[in-house]
Amino acid sequence: MNGILRGGRGLFFALALPVVLVVAWWFGSANSTNFFFPSLSSILETFGRTWFAERMRADVLPSVTRLLIGYAGAVVLGVALGVVLGANRTLRRITEPVLEFFRAIPPPVLIPVLFLFAGIGNTAKVIVIVLGALWPILLNTVEGVRAVDEVLSDTSRCYRVTGWARLRHLVLPAASPQIVAGMRQALSISIILMVISEMFASSNGLGFTIIQFQRSFAIPEMWSGIILLGLLGFVLSLLFQLFERRSLRWYQGLRRSQRGE
Amino acid sequence: MSGDTFATPQTQDRDVLLDVRGVQKIYTGHGRTVEAIRDLTFSVGRGELVCIVGPSGAGKTTLLKCIAGLLEPTAGTVTLDGQRVTRPPQSMAVVFQEYGRSLYPWKTVQQNVELPLKQKKLPKARRQELVNEALAAVGLGEVHDAYPWQLSGGMQQRVAIARAVAYQPQVLLMDEPFAAVDAQTRADLEDLIRSLWHKLGVTILFVTHDIEESVYLGQRVLVLSSSPTVVMEDLPIDLPDERSQLETRSGRRFAELRHHVYEQIQLAKHRKGSEPGPDATPDVVAHGNAV
Amino acid sequence: MSIDAPTRRAGTMPARRQSGLPDWSLGLFGLVAFAGVLELLPRTGVISERYFPPFSAMVGALVEAMGTDTFWSATGETLQAWGIGLAIALVAGVGLGLLIGSVPILQRLTASTVEFLRPVPSVALIPLAVLVFGITNIRSTLLLIVYAAFWQVLIQAIYGVQDVDPVARETARSYQLGRWARLRHLVWPTALPYVMTGVRLGAAVALILAVTAGIVGIGQGLGWLIVRAQSGNDVPTIYGIVLFTGLLGVVVNLLARALERRALAWHSSVRADLGG
Repeated sequence: MNGILRGGRGLFFALALPVVLVVAWWFGSANSTNFFFPSLSSILETFGRTWFAERMRADVLPSVTRLLIGYAGAVVLGVALGVVLGANRTLRRITEPVLEFFRAIPPPVLIPVLFLFAGIGNTAKVIVIVLGALWPILLNTVEGVRAVDEVLSDTSRCYRVTGWARLRHLVLPAASPQIVAGMRQALSISIILMVISEMFASSNGLGFTIIQFQRSFAIPEMWSGIILLGLLGFVLSLLFQLFERRSLRWYQGLRRSQRGE
Repeated sequence: MSGDTFATPQTQDRDVLLDVRGVQKIYTGHGRTVEAIRDLTFSVGRGELVCIVGPSGAGKTTLLKCIAGLLEPTAGTVTLDGQRVTRPPQSMAVVFQEYGRSLYPWKTVQQNVELPLKQKKLPKARRQELVNEALAAVGLGEVHDAYPWQLSGGMQQRVAIARAVAYQPQVLLMDEPFAAVDAQTRADLEDLIRSLWHKLGVTILFVTHDIEESVYLGQRVLVLSSSPTVVMEDLPIDLPDERSQLETRSGRRFAELRHHVYEQIQLAKHRKGSEPGPDATPDVVAHGNAV
Repeated sequence: MSIDAPTRRAGTMPARRQSGLPDWSLGLFGLVAFAGVLELLPRTGVISERYFPPFSAMVGALVEAMGTDTFWSATGETLQAWGIGLAIALVAGVGLGLLIGSVPILQRLTASTVEFLRPVPSVALIPLAVLVFGITNIRSTLLLIVYAAFWQVLIQAIYGVQDVDPVARETARSYQLGRWARLRHLVWPTALPYVMTGVRLGAAVALILAVTAGIVGIGQGLGWLIVRAQSGNDVPTIYGIVLFTGLLGVVVNLLARALERRALAWHSSVRADLGG
């Protein structure tokens, strides 16, 4: 009974403000004559028509595919390089300033550069995402690997957990909280790069389509595209949170127990 | 107290399992050198339970790491069962003081105990058997699927001991394993070690800074000087084999031994390893080195 | 409650082999070697000079560009947008963050909305900005910057307020400290390190968006310079300005970190910042 009450209250708090905002938008824009801010009803009406037909396959799917491939590439490359650099002190010292420099470059400037090499095709867009999202993962992995606990490391040596087993059972799990934090930053960078690279030069994709709508003054369609991008960002972040909660359950438990909760 | 009240170690031939000979460890770095251990020589017979006790900062942990093959001594050798130790040997297990940092927090109790056995390439059924036996032996039959951080400090250290036991080592090294647990748990764990030792016939080298603990647990107690460290005394503990927290600790002989070790430690604190103390007869020191 | 591992004793530290060289010299070597590789790759023909000019040519083009007024007006525009945008995000984020964090009911009411709006990529707003403000108005750039940086600051400010020790809060109440005094002497000092983390993250994101705007045709900042060089097929200049934006990013990071460290210095516990 109590639980249901609490659940009900939680649901109320979660939905109250969003509902108020949507209702306000709905009625506030209902009789809108402002060309740039069409009524929410017309945007929603457009939404289904615009995205659930041909464009889902022709634009949304290519965008998301490029995003996921680029992101996965950044994760694999970042973790692999990070493990190597994290384990080697001298190599780390040598490369640190160079890596800090790369991280500091605003990733979207890579788009014009990469398009010099690879044209405006899928390859360039995927590489842009890899190169832009790589740095937070790489640098966080280095930090995580470097900070592997000394006692645990000694323990592993005593029990001959060495080589690949050491990587799998000690180094990667120990660094995982940092790696995941880097992956979270990299995810939002990837989305930015996906959109920008399509706005910059493309023949399909979400970013491309939204800019086309804007240029042709298809305002409700443009709004529906913005909403779709927002939903995409939200869903990806939700999926990431699920992944984080699953993969770092031990870490959150450990932290709670250390804080004495 | 003088030498005659306390027996010198038996000098007859024993089956020596672990031999530490002339071990010295000097740390260098940042333009200065620190001699943590000067010259340590002793040996441990097969099946013995030997305690090493010394003042804090006596390089006990350094010594233990040299024996475990985790650190390379600057000079001297460590030999286990006739084999020179240059890296962690397969027949040795270590229990560290920092239980919170020696168990894998991302693995369950079961997985923590099982991992070293996987590295030994034991078949699954055998691994499970060893894990079950070891956890039951330390009184943790019910927590296979818990994570270490869900357990109390004492229970975590039991898991670490179970892991060492399941590994089936010839020698079990323990580095102040109970320094961070509360007194009651500590007494329980001390008795656990004695009973495991009896049951398994494993050789144990137990490092501690606690004098009472060393006397209560050991067949022999090696007293170390402060850093740079040497062996000050090699003292056989002539208490009955059946020990109990209540009886043993309140006995007269226990008090005498404790008193003696305490005196030695006090001496050690004021004296660097090189010069012999005024109170300790050269005999005793010599025996410490001669075993 | 578990006992934390005791601090390690000097004797337990393994001997670290010193390489004999100070760290900065290794880093300097790394930078020089990196520049050398960039120089050699095109010179030896591994990569075509048409796409990838030698390092010296990149630097030469940057130096040449730095002699023009256009370069400095572009830099000025980017930095101006960055500064104003970050300031707006900071004021709004800290203000709302302190408010939301201090009023539990507000926090429960806004949590879901914040969680929904935060991951919305700010670049989704580009077409809207262009339509409403146009491509020459600095407000277009500001909209993107503020939206991106605001959430970073807001989230950290909320975390910061929640971190106030409940005992200290009760103590302050029992000493009859007013709302304002509590905010000033209790809440703000606790939240400050978090806010500084928000500033650091926000500053980096703001710079990304300030440069990005030019790339998608908004304003005439550094991004615009790159696009202009690209359409003029002036490849060395593209790379030169990319290098420059990197240097700018390094400076922003260093400043933000120095600021953060100062704020943390008088905060008792430095918390593990795992980004956010």
